[in-house]
Amino acid sequence: MDFNFTEEQSMLRDTVASYLQDNYDFDKRRKMISSDAGRDPAIWSAFANELGILGAPFSEELGGLGGGAIENMIVMEEFGKALVVEPYLGTVVIGGGFLKHSGHANAADLIGGVIGGETIFAFAYAEPQARYTWQDLKTTAKKDGAGWVINGHKAVVVGAPWATHLIVTARTGGGQREESGVSVFIVEKGAKGVTTRDYPTVDGGRASEVYFENVAVGADALVGQEGACLPLVNKVIDEATAAVCAEAVGAMRQLHTGTLEYAKQRKQFGTAIANFQVLQHRMVDMFMNVEQSVSMTYMATIKVTDDAERAKAVSAAKVQIGKACKFVGQNAIQIHGGMGMTDELAIGHYFKRATMIEGLFGSVDHHLRRYEGLSFGKAA
Amino acid sequence: MNLEFSAEDNAFRAEVRAFIEENYPAHLRGKQDEGDDLTKEDYLSWHKVLAKKGWVAPSWPKALGGTDWTSTQKYIFSEELARADALPVLPFGVVMVAPVIYTFGTPEQKERFLPKIYNGEEWWCQGYSEPGAGSDLASLKTKAERITGDDGKEYYLVNGQKTWTTLAQHADWGFFLVRTNPDAKIQEGISFLLIDMKSPGIEVRRITTLEGGHEVNEVWLENVKVPVENRVYEENKGWTCAKFLLAHERSGIAGVARSKRGVEKVREMASVELGDDGKPLIQDADFKRKVAELEIDLTALEFTELRTLAAESAGKGPGPESSLLKIKGTEIQQRLTELALEASGHYGAPYLRGMGDNAKIGPDSAVGRAGAYFNTRKTSIYGGSNEIQRNIIAKMVLGL
Repeated sequence: MDFNFTEEQSMLRDTVASYLQDNYDFDKRRKMISSDAGRDPAIWSAFANELGILGAPFSEELGGLGGGAIENMIVMEEFGKALVVEPYLGTVVIGGGFLKHSGHANAADLIGGVIGGETIFAFAYAEPQARYTWQDLKTTAKKDGAGWVINGHKAVVVGAPWATHLIVTARTGGGQREESGVSVFIVEKGAKGVTTRDYPTVDGGRASEVYFENVAVGADALVGQEGACLPLVNKVIDEATAAVCAEAVGAMRQLHTGTLEYAKQRKQFGTAIANFQVLQHRMVDMFMNVEQSVSMTYMATIKVTDDAERAKAVSAAKVQIGKACKFVGQNAIQIHGGMGMTDELAIGHYFKRATMIEGLFGSVDHHLRRYEGLSFGKAA
Repeated sequence: MNLEFSAEDNAFRAEVRAFIEENYPAHLRGKQDEGDDLTKEDYLSWHKVLAKKGWVAPSWPKALGGTDWTSTQKYIFSEELARADALPVLPFGVVMVAPVIYTFGTPEQKERFLPKIYNGEEWWCQGYSEPGAGSDLASLKTKAERITGDDGKEYYLVNGQKTWTTLAQHADWGFFLVRTNPDAKIQEGISFLLIDMKSPGIEVRRITTLEGGHEVNEVWLENVKVPVENRVYEENKGWTCAKFLLAHERSGIAGVARSKRGVEKVREMASVELGDDGKPLIQDADFKRKVAELEIDLTALEFTELRTLAAESAGKGPGPESSLLKIKGTEIQQRLTELALEASGHYGAPYLRGMGDNAKIGPDSAVGRAGAYFNTRKTSIYGGSNEIQRNIIAKMVLGL
């Protein structure tokens, strides 16, 4: 048993952390997210060219660093600490995940584009009527000659305004909520018939409503096996969920340490508020929440590659992380008092991101039910 | 013990309901739902309708414009306002400073200020908190020195900074706690001043809150001249006014009627939103359980408030027990916003503040839910944080 990181993994963390410290502090981030584009593309170029981290989870023969889920965890945790909005999750974790697992004919080329920073993916999976049931799909893809024609509306597609390609779940058969008949397609965002309504999100990101109207794609747009992609979708979403658990850990560490620092310097009634026992216990509870979340993130990251254990491990981790995001976030604001309510301090921004992660890829209730189903034998 | 409403009570309820239906300004509805910042005119439009009817300040003494309602009638009135999602009348004038003025003020002060508060002609803000004086309010540093002006009149020269001043950007007047004797014990050197917000030397600076709104401000005071006759009660006795006012502020803070309406809204929302199984979310066992728990906690709070009201009308209180109402009331308000955000699902994420009707994304019920959740974190911080309220109960009720 060994929870130490390899030398390469430690270097990866140091590289990302020191780059973000120099180039992604709170004020710089504020400028980026409030610009028209909502980001600075130079950051992404640096990830590709200076840091080389966009290849972290890809094999060396594809041009990557030869890592996997642990490398994604390291990058995402550092992103969480700096509230990075860049589309690593959509592009490297999710886009990369679909390409690696599906054996897509163009996977090597597309992964090359990801590593080089030219290809950016956004994952169009959610639909307005569906909550966290990934096979609940009204979007359809109908066979047309050798290719497909896609119609539908995808909800809150995070990172879509920046994407070159969309990964789209669509129904090629079966009823709206059936497990069979789910397929996955890669669609160029500029394809004829794709329209978007772009907007900011409450946590500083950008997203779009994406509409497909008779979008014609070739046979090579299909990722994985026609009509049998739900297991693939579940696998990639589990990997993505493990990655956002790591991001949450990064954000929660900042929420906790920021609160400790504030409580030590804020004086009321002639003393630092950190001296009040009721607040000490609260901060201890925050600390325990963070540590338990770190443990569950490690556990899920290790088990995410094991298809027999993956789903249960990831759902367990997401339950812990969802609860912790709420507890740590709310108490960070409370202990900061009025200052925690301001847009000026970073603490509120960490709280907002932690709150969004709470619901991302399934709420606490959703993952508890899924865990119960897997653990007690009844299908969730 | 009984819970029956009399025939008169029911007639009163019908009268209030009909009045609100006929007179509530229609243009306010949409703006309220989206959680956008309201204008001064928005806030005052409803205030003025109530003032004209004679219902804007039910708790004031009858001679000054109060309604002389029974506590049951006041309860019915607040329930009906909440039921109609009517904008609350801003508390700073009617509920906060006015009782201080009519309890401690001079005849001239009453005549000068009360009618304009009542009619909504003058907007008030509260100058209490300072950067270094939040929970520890009595440590405030803004100082006021007596001077004789060039006109031979007596003034206070006020210097300092206030913060978290709600809606000061619209205020005509502010009531301020200032230090008039730096050498006395901290609670004993404070005075209560009424300050014209247009006085030279006052600067109001916006504070943007984490959901993006503009509710609170910093108020900077530099050599602001305040006529001595604008002091309420005796010099250095302002803490008496402050404590009196804080007790009043807390008694309305439970927000039971609004939270009951909030529960209804969550139930309405969850009957439209779908759960994981494709059926209405309100049929989802886990979600339903959380709503049920909240309803039960709210019922407990409601009956605690009714007991407090009954004790009050028997001449007791409002005492330190009102801290219980503040803690439970604000926790329930916060849980309501948590459930509404959870019900919004994916559509909790879009940030649409200030984008107007054209930019609507997702179902109407989800619009503004995340902002409301973030914003409502303030309720366990303001008006004496919930930690301070627990200290008050420990000390004043339990005698610890």
